Amino acid sequence: MHRQWMMYFTNWQEGLNEAINMKQLFIFIKKEFYHVFRDPKTMLMLFGLPIAQIILFGFALTNEIKNAEILIIDNAQDVSSRAIIKKMASTQTFKISAASVNAQSIEAEFRKGRVKMAVVFPSNFHSDLLHTNTASMQVIGDATDPNTATTLTSFVNTIVQSYQKELLPNAKLPFTIMPEVRMLYNPQLIGATNFVPGVMALVLMLVCVLMTSVSIVREKEKGTMEVLLVSPVNPFLVIISKAIPYFFLSLVNLAVILLMSINMLNMPMNGSVLLLFLESGLLILTSLSLGLLISNVTNSQETAMLISLMGMLIPTLLFTGFMFPIENMPLPLQVISNVVPSKWYYIIVKSIMVKGLGFASIWKETLILSGMTVFLLVLSFKKFKIRLE
Amino acid sequence: MNPEVVISTNKLTKRFGNFVATDSITFDVYKGEIFGFLGANGAGKTTAMRMLCGLSIPSSGEATIAGFDIYKQTEEIKKNIGYMSQKFSLYEDLTVLDNIRFFGGIYGLSNKEIKAKSEELIENLGLQEVAKKFVGSLPLGWKQKLAFSVAVFHDPKIVFLDEPTGGVDPVTRRQFWDLIYEAADRGITIFVTTHYMDEAEYCNRVSMMVDGEIKALDSPKKLKTQFNASSMDDVFYQLARGAQRSD
Amino acid sequence: MRTLRFLLIKEFKQIFRNKALLPLIVALPLVQLVIMPLAADYEVKNINIAIVDHDKSSYSNSLISKITASGYFKLSYFGDSYQQAFKDIEQDKADLILEIPANFERDLVKEGNQKLLIAINAINGTKANLGGAYLANIIGNFNYAVILEWIQLPRFNNSPVIDVASSNWFNPTLDYAFFMVPGILAFLVTMVGAYMCSLNIVKEKEVGTIEQINVTPIKKIHFILGKLIPFWIIAVLMFTIGLFGIGRIIYGIIPMGSIALLYSYLSLYLVAILGFGLLLSTYSQTQQQAMSIAFFFMMIFLLMSGLFTSIDSMPMWAQWIAKFNPVTYFIEVMRMIVLKGSRFTDIQNHFVIMLGFAVFFNGWAILNYRKTN
Repeated sequence: MHRQWMMYFTNWQEGLNEAINMKQLFIFIKKEFYHVFRDPKTMLMLFGLPIAQIILFGFALTNEIKNAEILIIDNAQDVSSRAIIKKMASTQTFKISAASVNAQSIEAEFRKGRVKMAVVFPSNFHSDLLHTNTASMQVIGDATDPNTATTLTSFVNTIVQSYQKELLPNAKLPFTIMPEVRMLYNPQLIGATNFVPGVMALVLMLVCVLMTSVSIVREKEKGTMEVLLVSPVNPFLVIISKAIPYFFLSLVNLAVILLMSINMLNMPMNGSVLLLFLESGLLILTSLSLGLLISNVTNSQETAMLISLMGMLIPTLLFTGFMFPIENMPLPLQVISNVVPSKWYYIIVKSIMVKGLGFASIWKETLILSGMTVFLLVLSFKKFKIRLE
Repeated sequence: MNPEVVISTNKLTKRFGNFVATDSITFDVYKGEIFGFLGANGAGKTTAMRMLCGLSIPSSGEATIAGFDIYKQTEEIKKNIGYMSQKFSLYEDLTVLDNIRFFGGIYGLSNKEIKAKSEELIENLGLQEVAKKFVGSLPLGWKQKLAFSVAVFHDPKIVFLDEPTGGVDPVTRRQFWDLIYEAADRGITIFVTTHYMDEAEYCNRVSMMVDGEIKALDSPKKLKTQFNASSMDDVFYQLARGAQRSD
Repeated sequence: MRTLRFLLIKEFKQIFRNKALLPLIVALPLVQLVIMPLAADYEVKNINIAIVDHDKSSYSNSLISKITASGYFKLSYFGDSYQQAFKDIEQDKADLILEIPANFERDLVKEGNQKLLIAINAINGTKANLGGAYLANIIGNFNYAVILEWIQLPRFNNSPVIDVASSNWFNPTLDYAFFMVPGILAFLVTMVGAYMCSLNIVKEKEVGTIEQINVTPIKKIHFILGKLIPFWIIAVLMFTIGLFGIGRIIYGIIPMGSIALLYSYLSLYLVAILGFGLLLSTYSQTQQQAMSIAFFFMMIFLLMSGLFTSIDSMPMWAQWIAKFNPVTYFIEVMRMIVLKGSRFTDIQNHFVIMLGFAVFFNGWAILNYRKTN
């Protein structure tokens, strides 16, 4: 009985060795690595881009509004107006414009593009407030950017309200409800927890799809693919050898991104590193499969690049969910976002890194990603086989 | 009778850093002759030819092509030459007619001339059936013949051919050389590089480059006598044996 | 000039014959133009709240109904188990938890103050802030109502009230698409211009057809123009379809300013950006290289252009990067002319700067591009 099993195993091993000649595979993989490493310009994109993105997202890009230039038209020039203006100037949000115009020229100022809001105080502002207990002022927002306009407006409201409170006689009221606020997962409210997983998803997906599809199509274009197909080398080996270098390069990229974000941006890492790398490996596989599929349906590098880059850049950016919340999007777009692998990866990474959860919480997403990978691979190999026959 | 000199070089040299690709070559080419430029791979043929075409500025030495100076008059040179390389000659994603019209127009032929000559060309080569087909769909031999015809379409003084018959069957090669003879009869000087030694026999004179220098220059017959060889292959072997550089 | 005509005929034939490429170049960006503005919306809606009520009194009920009636929140869980509510947070079903302690009403009246626990999923800092602010607002109002119930305020209210009249100009409906569409269109045009053009030139290098061109009497400048002009035309075409087709029909955007001004800036911008593509092509030998460099710059241009996040909010060093980004200016001009109707004097600076870019990129590229080396 034992002997029989040994025989089966040995046969299987031999068969496997025939099908996958490891030595050949290594030769091909080495060749692909050379292609990549000898090209500094490609390396710039492969490694430089993620680093640049982390730096930009971490230190430059923000949804907060700062240094917004506003126009003040102070017809009152009295205690109250000056107090409010002083409050506004002391925040990081507002920058008082040096321009001095009258109310008629507000539109022209807006047209010049620098100023985002105009605040108008009527004359007798303070005396109205004192004698009739009401005064009014005007806030005009340039709603070209609706978000900025509403945010700045509500900010002005807050400042005015706090000035209002200062005018109240001191009174401490009973029956006070005190909300105690606790921030989960991200007590310092750092943005990194939101975008670092997003950058990871973006980089892994785009780079892998792009590089794999282009690299395979290039051989097709040059005609060397035919040569390889005619040789005794197993064609699947050829394909795999093209994918493997990018697999490892992506993992290296991932490590760099993690190191940078954890050390420079205080990105938390509360979960299992192993699980993170395993799931990342899965996403890389998905991307490689997609790249494979693209390479099967295009015949020129130009087209492959067009589809991989121009076709995928913006959808991936949008539908991963880190730049704009998916739940805000109209329903059909939300449905589309489910088809984008990086969306699921984004959820997985957040769960692991920020929430510190384990596999039990992300098995569903993992299953979806695996399903996508298998689907893409089956589709590509089918198309590949058809071409061979 | 002094035949007209169309290419004249004097100690033409091209250096890349410390490496001397072309070392002080001096020779003349006469109008209407078929001049074979031979040598092993890496001997410096392509570098030399690129200089003569105006593609590369020499490091030192002098030369005139079709009477124009190689340093100062590269644009004039280009107007008076034709070129065909093994790597590429025609746009594969354009039709035969498109290619002819394009190159005709580039070299300044009028629309009338282009029309007349293109009809002539297509008839001569028997390409009536495929005139509107993409060049990429033609068999290699037809492509080469078409490429040559396009290269001499504007009746240049000299046509440079860089390994033009690579990968082509012997029958097609013979036909190709018939085209070359025709062009030479019309007064076009043919400057051809090749490492098919039998093609060397078709040339009026050949030069041999070894390690960047011209080691021999004469008609095939005289060379065979000089080296006591039975074939150009043999001549080549004797000269190239001591070569330092190879592919 | 005649050579240029022949070159252009050849280029156009090659582009239009390529059945895969042309529809992709035009269709892909336009499809994205339709989808993107719909998706790119920063407004915070639909915050999911899980409420744990240990008190179940009339006060707690009143507070809860105020919260659900506010329209900001969707109730994801309502019960008395904090663990359950926390599970909702873990599964991203809830964004925040409000826990009302037992005896809330009784203790508030008896002892004068009470605490409420709010736990916020702060992974998305913006959403967390906003959700917390809305909730605090509602609780504050509720608190005020409770106080009024118990304490009589003096008949004449001494508190001064400042009425802030706010209005929104240029985009009164606060439609975010108005803001995004011109910007996205600008970026798509940029991609077609720089990216596709540089790829096309490098392709000739890689295949070897450029050698053939080098040997002919075609002048440097003719060759370059022959490459730039077709893509210039395609970009303008795409822009037109994007602005008047999609912009007007789907989003209802009608440019307020002068169309002529818009197109003249577009033309200048394209010259600059095509020059950039040209420049990239002089540094690449293979299509993959061109693609890699282009991708790198496109990404940075995209992020630092003010399309998604405001440039004023960036630190100084980042603002300088944005200043050297040509896309920044085009997006600004697009928004200014289309939404505000800005005039030539308003964008004079932008013209000058773009002219500078055009000269710089094209000049550098032409210097690099040598037929003879």
